Amino acid sequence: MTELTLVQAINRGLHEAMRADPDVLVLGEDVGVNGGVFRATEGLYKEFGGDRVIDTPLSETGIIGTAIGMALYGLKPVAEIQFLDFIYPAYDQIVSELAKFRYRSGGQYPCHVVIRTPYGGGIKGGLYHSQSTEAYFCHTPGLKVVIPSTPADAKGLLLTAIHDPDPVMFLEPKRIYRSVTGEVPDGDTRVPFGKARLAREGGDVSLFAYGAMIPPTFEAAETLHADGIEAEVVDLRSLVPLDEAAVIASVEKTGRAVVVHEAPRFCGFGAEVGALLAEKAFYSLKAPIQRVTGFDTPFPYALENVYMPGAEKIAHAARTTVRAG
Amino acid sequence: MSGVSEGAAAIASPVTASSDRLSDEARVAAYRLMVLARAVDERCLSLQRQGRIGFYAPLAGQEAAQVGSATGMEPVDWVFPAYREMAVALYRGVPLARVFHQLIGNALDVNKGRQMPNHFAFQAERFVSASSPIGTQISQAVGTAMAIQRRKDSIAAITYFGDGATSSNDFHAGLNFAGVFRAPVIFFCQNNEWAISLPRERQTRSATLAEKAAAYGFPGVVVDGNDLDAVHEVVRAARLRAVAGEGPTLIEAQVYRFGPHSTSDDPRRYRSQEEVDAARKNDPILKLREKLSAGGLWTDDAEAALTSDVKAQVVAALEAAEKAPPLDPASIFDDVFATPSPRLESERAEWESLVREGVLKS
Repeated sequence: MTELTLVQAINRGLHEAMRADPDVLVLGEDVGVNGGVFRATEGLYKEFGGDRVIDTPLSETGIIGTAIGMALYGLKPVAEIQFLDFIYPAYDQIVSELAKFRYRSGGQYPCHVVIRTPYGGGIKGGLYHSQSTEAYFCHTPGLKVVIPSTPADAKGLLLTAIHDPDPVMFLEPKRIYRSVTGEVPDGDTRVPFGKARLAREGGDVSLFAYGAMIPPTFEAAETLHADGIEAEVVDLRSLVPLDEAAVIASVEKTGRAVVVHEAPRFCGFGAEVGALLAEKAFYSLKAPIQRVTGFDTPFPYALENVYMPGAEKIAHAARTTVRAG
Repeated sequence: MSGVSEGAAAIASPVTASSDRLSDEARVAAYRLMVLARAVDERCLSLQRQGRIGFYAPLAGQEAAQVGSATGMEPVDWVFPAYREMAVALYRGVPLARVFHQLIGNALDVNKGRQMPNHFAFQAERFVSASSPIGTQISQAVGTAMAIQRRKDSIAAITYFGDGATSSNDFHAGLNFAGVFRAPVIFFCQNNEWAISLPRERQTRSATLAEKAAAYGFPGVVVDGNDLDAVHEVVRAARLRAVAGEGPTLIEAQVYRFGPHSTSDDPRRYRSQEEVDAARKNDPILKLREKLSAGGLWTDDAEAALTSDVKAQVVAALEAAEKAPPLDPASIFDDVFATPSPRLESERAEWESLVREGVLKS
C-alpha cells in the first residue's frame, strides 16, 4: 500500500501497465516531454521513450483515429484527450468508429482503445474546461464508461481498462486530482467494471453519485448523520456497465433515492438511474426520487459556484425524501 | 543474412510476389478481374432494382485504379477501404460468394449483416472494416502504419478514399500525422470527379488533389487511374518508399464515376450525359483490352470465353448467397462487447420471451 493522490495513482497505474506489457503505449497532446498538463503522464517519457509516449499534433480526431489503427494492429493504446471539453473533433471516431468496430465487422475487428480524459467543474475553467458530458458516451452502445473517485479505484479501474477487450472511456475527476488522497494497493490490483462501491452504509436514504461528486455527497451524509438521518453513499464508478443490482438493493433497503451529478439534469445519467428504480424498485420507494445536478445551462465561468451542486443541496434533497414518506 | 535471427528475417522479408512492373501474366489476370468486377457491378444494380439487395455503390470506371493499386501492394499489407473497393477485396482473394453474402446480409456474411451492402470487412485478407462517414479510415490507416513502425514489420498500410474525402477532418489529420511520424502508409485517392452531386471544383481550389501532400511534407503523385500499369507502378514505388522507412505518399488516381454515387442517387440531376459519354471513351477496361490485344496477349475468343466465365461466376455466387440461411435474429445482441453485458443479456431475455409468447414473430 502507498498513500497517493488520485492523479498520482493514475500515473502509477500507467507506469506499471507499461512496464508489464510492451504493447501498452500512451499518446496525446503534451503527454511526453511535458508529462501532461495535469502531470498524469509525468515520468513516462523518460522511462519509456518517445516511441511509447507519443506527443501528437494538436488534433483530437487524429489522436483517436490513430489510436484505433494501433489497436487494430494489436497494440494497447491509452489516448489522452487533454480536457473532455475538447473531445468533440474526435466524437466521430469514438461514436461512429471505435464503438462500432467489433459489431459492424461481425466480431472480426475488436478495437480496444482506452481514452483517458479529465472532466468536470469547480476549477475556474469556464465553459470549455469544466463540462461533465459522460451521458453522451453512456448513450453509445459499444463503449464502457468509468469514473473513479478514489486513488485506489483510479489505479484499479485504469488497469482493468487497459486489459479490457472493449473500448473504455476513463473519465478523471480533475477537481479532486490532488485534493483526495488514499491508500493504493501496490502491483496489478484491478477493480472490476460493473461493480459499484458502497462508500458508506446507512438505512434511511440512498445517495448515488460518482467522481468529483463523491466528496460533497459524503459531506452531506455526515451532516445528515448529525441530524439523525443515516445515508447510504453508493459510488457508481462504473456507469457502463452499471451495477444495477447494487442500485436496486440499496433502495430496497432505504426506500429513498437521491441521484447526484454535476452534469445538466435533462437526459443526464441520473435520469437513467431514476428510470431504473421506477422500473425495478417502484414498490420499495417511499418517496419521489430526487436529482441533485448541474443546471440545464452551459457551464458558467464567474458563477461556477452557483452552478456546482454541493453538500447543502444534497443534504436538502435527502431530507426532502425523508420528510415525504 | 548474418546477424539476423531466423524469426526476425521472416518478418523483415515478406514474400515479394509483385515486381516493379506487372508481368504479362499478371496484366491478363488483372484484366480478368476487372471484367469480373464490372459484371458484378452491373448485376448488382439490377438486383437492387429488383429488391433482391437493399443498396449498392457501383465502382464502374474505377477498376484499373482499384486493381492496379491492389497489385502494387502485398498480401501482408493492410487495406483500409472506403465503401467502393470491392475489386480490391476480390484481388486480395475474397471469394465472390463471400461478397454476395455481405450484399444480402445472410447467415454466411462474415460481417453478420451489420452493415449496408459494400461496407465490407474481411479480416483474413487484411481488408479492414469500411464505414459510411467519409474519411475516418484515413487516420486509422496511419495509426496502423505507426503500429507497423513500432513492431518493425516490413509492411505498409494503404487507405482508399475519394475526392470528396479530401475535404474531411481525417484527411487533414491523417496526412498530418503520417508526415510528422513518417508512417509507412499510402493514401490512395480515387478522384472520380464527383462527390455525390458536387464536382471536384467544389471540394478545393487546388489545381490537383495530389499537391496537397506538399503541405504535409511528403510526395504527392497524379496518375491516370484508367491505366492499370501506371497505377501499379506508382503504388509499387510508394510501397517501397514506405517499407524503406521513407514515409508516406499521396496518390491521386484520376478516374470517372460512370454510374450513380449509389442506387439512391440520380446523377441526371447534376451532370450531363455528354460528360459521361466522353468519360466512357477512356473506359479502363477497354483501354487495357486494347493494350493486351496489341501485345498479342488477348483475343476475341478469349474475350468470349471470359464473358461466359464471368457470367457463370456471378450466377453461382449469387445463387449461393440467396440459398444461404437468413441471420439468426438473436445475433443482433452479439459483438457489442467481447462478452455481453448484463443489460444486453436482459434485453435478449426480454425479446426472447416476447417471441415465445407470440407477441413478436422471430
